[in-house]
Amino acid sequence: MAQQIIFYILAIIISLFSIMAVTSKQIIRSATYLLFVLIATAGFYLLLGYNYLFAVQVAVYAGGVMVLFIFAILLTNRPGESHENELPVRRIAAGITAVAGLALSAHIIYWNIKKISQIVTISDISPAQLGHTMLGTGKYQYLLPFEVISILLLACIVGAIMIARKR
Amino acid sequence: MILNYSQPLEISNLTSWFDQYLRSNLSEFWTLLIEFVLVGIFLLAAYAVIALILIYAERKITAFFQARLGPNRVGKWGLLQSVADMIKILLKEIIRINRSDRFLFFAAPFFMIVASMLTFGAIPFGKGLQAIDFNIGVLYVTAVSSLGIIGVLLAGWSSNNKYSMIGAMRSGAQFISYELSSGFALMTIVVLAGTMQFSQMIEGQRFCWNIFNGHISSIIAFVIYLISGHAETNRGPFDLPEAESELTAGYHTEYSGLQFGFYYLAEYLNMFIIASIATTVFLGGYLPIQIQGWDAFNGIMGYIPSYVWFFSKTGFLIFLSLWVRWSFPRLRIDQLLNLEWKYLLPINLVNLLLMVILVLTGLTLKNLFGIL
Repeated sequence: MAQQIIFYILAIIISLFSIMAVTSKQIIRSATYLLFVLIATAGFYLLLGYNYLFAVQVAVYAGGVMVLFIFAILLTNRPGESHENELPVRRIAAGITAVAGLALSAHIIYWNIKKISQIVTISDISPAQLGHTMLGTGKYQYLLPFEVISILLLACIVGAIMIARKR
Repeated sequence: MILNYSQPLEISNLTSWFDQYLRSNLSEFWTLLIEFVLVGIFLLAAYAVIALILIYAERKITAFFQARLGPNRVGKWGLLQSVADMIKILLKEIIRINRSDRFLFFAAPFFMIVASMLTFGAIPFGKGLQAIDFNIGVLYVTAVSSLGIIGVLLAGWSSNNKYSMIGAMRSGAQFISYELSSGFALMTIVVLAGTMQFSQMIEGQRFCWNIFNGHISSIIAFVIYLISGHAETNRGPFDLPEAESELTAGYHTEYSGLQFGFYYLAEYLNMFIIASIATTVFLGGYLPIQIQGWDAFNGIMGYIPSYVWFFSKTGFLIFLSLWVRWSFPRLRIDQLLNLEWKYLLPINLVNLLLMVILVLTGLTLKNLFGIL
């Protein structure tokens, strides 16, 4: 009962602020609304009992990515100025793309949920279990993807330094 | 166990009795509801009261450092000074700024106070006095405390003021940099303790605190955590975001009344939170000083309630922070960033590696001397 109420509150927050993030004229307000969406998503993870995912969502998206977004917006030219309306043709094209994207992801989600048919409730995963899963080499353990992603991130960092350094 | 003698002054006796009483009279749902609401109210009240005490203590200690008397007119020894200040700040007008972004301007202080409050909830104040005890406690604390910086950035932007903007940018750069260091310092101890849960971490430090257990590596991590925690709270010598001689008051220049109060409160409480996390992670939290084998000594120490131990250890760390604040001149922004990226971060990375080697080769004090 209490879970249902919290779920609906979070769902309303997410849908409302998603729409506001897209329709807002000022880019910094859009970023703030997006932040609310990300925090509410973290709330969902907490509701499901995925504490680790909750902390990662807050640390990476709300605390990391959003701070970078806001920094980037603040450093661009005249962040507060509202931009002029786009051409009607482009708006229609954007609308069609959005609807198509929604249809595609809704289809995928519906398909997968039908296949699994019920969400498996996982009892609280301990950090030790998580570490073994991420850094193990056995079945259902993910050392190789983990290292590949690390190398990708390293490449990104080196690339950023290459772009930013003085000639 | 040694600690199982009567501890008549523990608050956990009272709370468990209250819980039993509610459970025997009400259904599960109402018991939990009443307890949640009470815990919330107690945390909010503790937040405000600790801030008042800290403000008074800071003003008195500062006065002694500067050879002054400090507040001494309101009440005996000026004890009621911070209460008077609180009433003043509650009664002040909240000024609306023209040509500012209203919504963001009003929303920004809440980010700051909510982030600080969320962190505050995870602190173990004493035996059985912890509101939430996640198994990822350390990660949770670093995650939610990083939300506060968004409040600072938004405040700086929405004030439509150059001083605020520069202050917010400085604060952002400083916070992001030093968060890295404090996170690494905590990770070093997570390696040593083998857990991220605060309650387990404290239990593991019964006879040997983490700062002694990992000797060299722990002490380096402790010093780095204190420095970076101090920098995260924007307090001198790292107070460039609000450097009053250059930026009037930095990101909260345009705020007044209770909104300014939020920033002020969050700053003081962040100092307390950093000190209490350092206490919990490095100095054995609420556990008394205990030496293995000295049962009589341990017994006597056990009679002092756990919250007294917690607050005295935390108070000592807060005193250290004040001492640093009033002894060093303010850094320049390039010195500040150099300190983090060229010194603290490399030291931290090597230190983490060193700690892993210490734990794997069994060179911790617990292993060397066979302490439980």
